[in-house]
Amino acid sequence: MLEVANLEVVYHDVILVLRGVSFQVPDGQIVALLGANGAGKTTVLRAISGLLDVHDGDITKGEISLDGTPIHRASAAAIVGRGVTQVLEGRRVFGEFTVEENLRVGAHTTRGDLSGQMDRVYELFPILADRRKSTAGYLSGGEQQMLAMGRAMMSNPRYLILDEPSLGLAPILVQRIRDLIVDINKHGTSILLVEQNATMALSIAQHGYIMETGKIVMDKPAAELMKDEDVQEFYLGLHSGGEERKSFRDVKHYKRRKRWLS
Amino acid sequence: MTTFLQATIAGLSLASIYALLALGFVIIYKAMQVVSFAHPAVMLFGAYMVSWFAVDVGVPFVLAVVLGALATALLGYLSERIAIRPMIGKPLFSIAIVTIGLDVVIRTPINNLIGLDIRGVGSPWGFNSWTVGGANLPHRSVAMIVTALVITVFLFLFFRYTRVGLAMRATAMDQEVALAQGINVGRIFALAWMMAGAMAAVAGMFAASDLAGLSASTYIVGIKALPAIVVGGLDSINGAVVGALVVGLAEAYTATYQSSVAPWLGSNFSQVVPYVVLLAVLLIRPYGLFGSAEVERV
Repeated sequence: MLEVANLEVVYHDVILVLRGVSFQVPDGQIVALLGANGAGKTTVLRAISGLLDVHDGDITKGEISLDGTPIHRASAAAIVGRGVTQVLEGRRVFGEFTVEENLRVGAHTTRGDLSGQMDRVYELFPILADRRKSTAGYLSGGEQQMLAMGRAMMSNPRYLILDEPSLGLAPILVQRIRDLIVDINKHGTSILLVEQNATMALSIAQHGYIMETGKIVMDKPAAELMKDEDVQEFYLGLHSGGEERKSFRDVKHYKRRKRWLS
Repeated sequence: MTTFLQATIAGLSLASIYALLALGFVIIYKAMQVVSFAHPAVMLFGAYMVSWFAVDVGVPFVLAVVLGALATALLGYLSERIAIRPMIGKPLFSIAIVTIGLDVVIRTPINNLIGLDIRGVGSPWGFNSWTVGGANLPHRSVAMIVTALVITVFLFLFFRYTRVGLAMRATAMDQEVALAQGINVGRIFALAWMMAGAMAAVAGMFAASDLAGLSASTYIVGIKALPAIVVGGLDSINGAVVGALVVGLAEAYTATYQSSVAPWLGSNFSQVVPYVVLLAVLLIRPYGLFGSAEVERV
């Protein structure tokens, strides 16, 4: 189980971004982490993967543990080595490398059986096998997302962390990515899914957490979240009361900010 | 024709030295987007170490070169750890300035150690040469060209096929993503400085193995490798080699022909030629002959 407890993160020594975030990713599950822009989702992921240094961020309180062993002081390389791999937001493939080279970089921490691992990834993403010699930077957005996910799978992770895999993709491709996530999960990899596309995320997750301004404000099984009135209104774009359209005034940002804990 | 052949041999020899230095510059540049102005000083240190092992300690020459290269790799490692690593995340300009400071710190004691006398590096080939088509082919030139070729091919294969080489290229492209793949980026930086240091030692040894020997002014050879990398485009291994060839040959041909073609330029104009080439390339192709074009979907 991957567990985050009371995590507090500060950027540049002064900007408090996370104020006591706690959640769990149990083995074999898909867990969704939802929230508006700037809620701190990406910061949580950076903290887990050990990438805060790059952004001059520090964990000031709290703990991240993998099966009870703390990993928040470990280096990024050590964390990948222990089976927690992140697919960064915006795909970030190595544009000048070929597809195959990208995958080889992904296997950096796994010694031995490179070709076996690559075959497994090609099986998961057949389109990558067709493009294995193409320059990654010229692939389409959907293919790049699959490459980024395939590259992460090369390290044979126990926990795969996905930061907005549906970002900037056409609805049909969002479906494809969604099915692939379910597929990867079925093969035994637990998944932490950060999404703006709440409908997609909640449709495959077992449990969902909602973040707002650096805190978890609600957590429920995904099915219950889907039915929650506030979630429907704020994240799923549905509204509860009757046929009548809401006036624009009511959806103004400051009105929408809800006190979840009250 | 003989004169031309002779100039070409001289040019290729010079190019070998420049190539070994330029490759070091490029490896460091690729890793951290910084031109290390300390590189010529590192070269001087390497040449001195080889000379010290071979002449003062008296170990066999090949072993002296290996030991000198290792010592210089260690110097590269220490420079990176002590002076450069704390600067990561700071503006690149600041890091470049730190390398200038590093240059002074390394060069001053080495100049003292070298002293006023010219030192040899204990090279075994002396001034013997073969004759090819009427031109002299010094053993030294053959050793230089072969070594540079072997190292270049080795680097090419290393970057293309090995796990660590690929990790170095990945780090050069996007550090955060490299970290997320489990690459130890700090170790990659250290490795880049060590490789560059070892190659600089070999280059310095060759530069100091001619009549002039090792003196404080051997340093100038290191500075002339800068035009080579700019001509090649800073971030390209192939470019570094081609840039070294262009600069080395231009320098050698000028040295041979300028006195008869344009005597009014005075003697030793060949020393200026690398910078003339540099200016010309910057005016025509500011990103260098081999600067990498950005891969982007339009």
